[in-house]
Amino acid sequence: MTTKIDKVGPVDSPPPAPENLKAIPVRHYGRWVSAVIAIALLVTLVLAFARGDVDWNAIPEYFFDSEVLRGVRNTVWITILSMALGVALGIILAVMRLSKNPVTSSIAWGYIWFFRGTPVYVQLLVWFNLGLVFNYINLGPIYKDEWSDFMTPFLAALLGLGLNEAAYMAEICRAGLQAVDEGQTEASHALGMSHAKTLRRVVLPQAMRVIVPPTGNEFINMLKTTSLVIAVQYWDLLQATTNVGQSTGATAEMLFLAAAWYLILTSVLSVGQYYLERYYARGSSRSLPMTPLQKIRVNLLSGSNRQGGASA
Amino acid sequence: MTPMVKAEGVHKSFGAVQVLKGIDLEVAPREVFCLIGPSGSGKSTFLRCINHLEKINSGRLSVDGELVGYRQKGDKLYELRDREVAEKRRDIGMVFQRFNLFPHMTALENVIEAPVQVKKETKAVARERALKLLDRVGLADKAGNYPSQLSGGQQQRVAIARALAMEPKLMLFDEPTSALDPELVGDVLDVMRGLAEDGMTMIVVTHEMGFAREVGDSVVFMDDGVVVESGNPRDVLTNPQHERTKSFLSKVL
Ligand SMILES: Nc1ncnc2c1ncn2[C@@H]1O[C@H](COP(=O)(O)OP(=O)(O)OP(=O)(O)O)[C@@H](O)[C@H]1O
Ligand SMILES: [Mg+2]
Repeated sequence: MTTKIDKVGPVDSPPPAPENLKAIPVRHYGRWVSAVIAIALLVTLVLAFARGDVDWNAIPEYFFDSEVLRGVRNTVWITILSMALGVALGIILAVMRLSKNPVTSSIAWGYIWFFRGTPVYVQLLVWFNLGLVFNYINLGPIYKDEWSDFMTPFLAALLGLGLNEAAYMAEICRAGLQAVDEGQTEASHALGMSHAKTLRRVVLPQAMRVIVPPTGNEFINMLKTTSLVIAVQYWDLLQATTNVGQSTGATAEMLFLAAAWYLILTSVLSVGQYYLERYYARGSSRSLPMTPLQKIRVNLLSGSNRQGGASA
Repeated sequence: MTPMVKAEGVHKSFGAVQVLKGIDLEVAPREVFCLIGPSGSGKSTFLRCINHLEKINSGRLSVDGELVGYRQKGDKLYELRDREVAEKRRDIGMVFQRFNLFPHMTALENVIEAPVQVKKETKAVARERALKLLDRVGLADKAGNYPSQLSGGQQQRVAIARALAMEPKLMLFDEPTSALDPELVGDVLDVMRGLAEDGMTMIVVTHEMGFAREVGDSVVFMDDGVVVESGNPRDVLTNPQHERTKSFLSKVL
């Protein structure tokens, strides 16, 4: 075919290439001013600390001190155990709270009411001082001991923190369980799955997506709350640094050291939470966003192929 | 021959609201039984009574000769335990309007879940059958996809495969195509047609009158909790006897 139909208009000429616009961008003077003020304040703060009577060398010197490390280990340990207790009991309480049985759901309600309604510091002290009320612990043939031998600082810390946490975890878990569509339970029952199987295989994994983010926050909070166990004489990070501070005279420095350790630990937990959330988000969106590590890898790999296309 | 499903005077109310007001019907084995009727007439409720997702208030309802949810000894009825109810549900597949696939599992995992968890099949055995079923519903290549990565029609076909994996003797469909875009309805209906040809007993709540006419062996028109009219689809759908049936059909056809 050689006859071409004449098209009307400038169809044959290629559309004009978009020219790069030349315009003077809006100047944000306010941003500059506020940045300068902020930096000035920061410098003042740093200078104040630098000129202050701080023995900065004491911090690296005692950073890996064996007593301090023992404190770090104990803090991590009591955090993990209290959270484990809190999560396990929290799930049970949440299921109780949602059960049709009015007795179990009221008991769960009462528990949550009590433990959320009193300060955790008071609860720790109560556990530690229960020896004033009970002389013995007597579980019949299973266990019998003097209370003061039974209620060690460790156990007081674990019960104080864990039982308190359970009340908060119960509410988090309840919200998670309730967020799962009823159709899921129905479909599972229709397939012949029991209540327990339905909960474990269908409902809980989906509730996790709602439960995990606030639980991560709880974990980080717990790590910081453990500093209260100094009240029950448990040898945690704060107790250790305080002790070192008293014996060396570097009280403030050791508090800085403790703060640095807490920061490191909470940062590690935040990274862990990121990956955990990712894991439980599977299936909820069409594709998971890349992790920072994956992004770096992709960027490094594709960097060599991208030299030419440096466009905005 | 024992009917697959037999309902006699089935009543169901939610609080003060009577939803089923005495349903009588029989579904024979290998029959494709279509339930039609206006919204709120109690079709879903009746279907859910059949696998005891809802408890009936009075009347008798039996599947394959056995009472649903109860055991009869003498003239006394004993309620079944949850475990026994679950056991009976294995033989009844159900497909929902909104699919209700498990979103945290892939298509394949959805299909093998119940055989592995309930029937205690090994993963290998369940997997093999699941792949065959997925192939049968035309989704062999989607086994590894999560439900969110599938279209509505594909999700519904996975849901059918999931129900079939338990090798049920009865399949309940509750408006399986109502949530689908029109162009996806055909694929799902084709799968159901194939099932019917293989002799599966099916109770289908549907607004697809074409399907009811072509595939259905009998059709029941329900309104306001009672069966108004029933019979051969050609008769009921083309030549309804009751005013209510006529006015309903004139609206949907
Ligand atoms: N769990 C429940 N509690 C209270 N009322 C209910 C419940 N389930 C259903 N109903 C009521 O029972 C009636 C029948 O509902 P059903 O879902 O069986 O109707 P349907 O025929 O399936 O309607 P549709 O075509 O809209 O699905 C409706 O009026 C509904 O509001
Ligand atoms: Mg319905």
